[in-house]
Amino acid sequence: MIGTATVYGLCASGLVAIGLYGLVLHPTPLRKVIAFNLLGSGTFVLFGVAARRGGAAGFLADPVPQAMVITGIVVAFASTALAVALLLRLQETGASSIETTPPEQQDNGAS
Amino acid sequence: MMPAGYATSEGGALLVIAVMLPIVGMIAIFALGLRRAERIAFIILPGGLFIALAIAAEVARTGAAVTYVLGGWQPPLGIALQADGLSATLMVLTALILCAVGLFARGTFSTPPDMSEARRPMVFWTLMLGLWSALNTVFLGQDLFNLFVALELLTFSAVPLVCLDGRRETVQAALRYLLFALIGSVFYLLGAALLYGAYGTLDMAGLRLQAHYNPATSVALGLMIVGLMAKAALFPLHLWLPPAHAGAPAAASAVLSALVVKAPFFLILRLWFDVAPQPGNQLAAQMLAWLGIFSIVFCSIIALRQVRLKLMIAYSTVAQIGYLFLVFPLVMASDAPSAWQSIGWTGGVLQLVSHALAKASMFLAAGLIAEALGHDRIDNLNGAVTAVPISVAAFGLAGLSLMGLPPSGGFVAKLMLLTAATETANWWIVAAILVGGILAASYVFRVLGRAMAAPKIGFKTLAHIPLYRELVVLGLAISAVVLGFVPLQPFAFLGIGRVGLP
Repeated sequence: MIGTATVYGLCASGLVAIGLYGLVLHPTPLRKVIAFNLLGSGTFVLFGVAARRGGAAGFLADPVPQAMVITGIVVAFASTALAVALLLRLQETGASSIETTPPEQQDNGAS
Repeated sequence: MMPAGYATSEGGALLVIAVMLPIVGMIAIFALGLRRAERIAFIILPGGLFIALAIAAEVARTGAAVTYVLGGWQPPLGIALQADGLSATLMVLTALILCAVGLFARGTFSTPPDMSEARRPMVFWTLMLGLWSALNTVFLGQDLFNLFVALELLTFSAVPLVCLDGRRETVQAALRYLLFALIGSVFYLLGAALLYGAYGTLDMAGLRLQAHYNPATSVALGLMIVGLMAKAALFPLHLWLPPAHAGAPAAASAVLSALVVKAPFFLILRLWFDVAPQPGNQLAAQMLAWLGIFSIVFCSIIALRQVRLKLMIAYSTVAQIGYLFLVFPLVMASDAPSAWQSIGWTGGVLQLVSHALAKASMFLAAGLIAEALGHDRIDNLNGAVTAVPISVAAFGLAGLSLMGLPPSGGFVAKLMLLTAATETANWWIVAAILVGGILAASYVFRVLGRAMAAPKIGFKTLAHIPLYRELVVLGLAISAVVLGFVPLQPFAFLGIGRVGLP
């Protein structure tokens, strides 16, 4: 019989794996941002597991990791917002990928 | 499971002010009107410098770390802030460089008189302040999760600075920087989750007492260090840095290269010496040093081949960061009574400080050269010396420190690292330091040679540069050189408040 914590732990590993795969291998920036969110969710589930296992020490559940997860979600939300804002900005300038043009071809970077 | 137990020390409130003062400035900018951004920043900058100096003085006076326990709650429930000798040094360095950059940027980022508010100055000054608060938190934090938040704050402040001018290349560079930084943060957070699962605390002192070698600890520390490596741009995770640092406005590049990449390195130091079970893993130390060696050699060679001055300086940053990672095997193998008294440790910290000063000066000098000439192509720099003589001189002085020629802070730092490497028989590190010095000399002299050349016929300067801006750049370069007059021995100050590990 597998315990709840183990199931959630495996879930977390799966999410982390999918997220990492997407973040590293997907060429489109938007997919990378979504993959980052999956990776983040995996991490938060892992914190949940830590909370549950800490709960085995006598508490119902350890509240500290849950506080961390809330902060983590806020931070991840802010990063996603920043990334999407940059993506929109990039779209406005007419580019669709983050492959930069070789610096030699840029005409003027002096500022 | 109560760890060592912190007690708020006498000057503890200073630490809170150091973190909060820039934030107060940011809020004031929004509350009092965006067009006053510059004026508010110029009230906060000297204030922050004063606080940093006061903290350093307090650490030096008491000879112990200054601590503040937030809300009186002891870890693991509460969070502690602590300034030891190293943190205090870095805080003063941060404050000095930010003040210099602030002076340099005065005028270039002010709101035009005919507009009620403008995006660029408001963003620049608020983000500078945000950056400052984040850096101070990184230097003071004792809780790994608190440090995660500080790192994120640092990333969020640094990324928009890269694309201030909104050109396509800079937005691409910023996005790539953000993605690398996010991967780094998630790795760090994963490691933190594993450590919490294993030990039930994220307080560094608490972890230090309990940490022992087991798979969870090794995986967690490995994840965290790799994540931080991506943020510190250690080879081969440096790909984001050159376009990002070269694309930012000169004032922002200076701060990014001098300070922002040092924060994750500082955290790697803390994890290695304050959290990881001691003695550290010899294999991991060697691996970090090897990546450092690759950084030094490859990125110096790539720097040599650059066409654009700012990109060359950015590649040089990656190379110089490589030197920092040589510290790990040197400190471990030394026979000094404690790691903090070894010559390798002092050399590493001195390299960090002198590179920060020299690189800030170099980026600012490059910015002035580009303003005066209208471009920064190295092959076309002829006549720069007639247009901005003081900036070219500052570039040369800062270059002295990067090459490691006496008298300069870089020389003392590299000599200390070299001595430590010879003492501990790390011959590859000796070779890398020597080769790195020669390569740095080549790329610095390549620029100087061009800049000193006689101007072409019809040469004229595009913009008049006010004298004080050039003097700020020179001042930074001179402080990098003056560091070369410190005695060649381990400093006691850097060891204050560090836990005496063998």
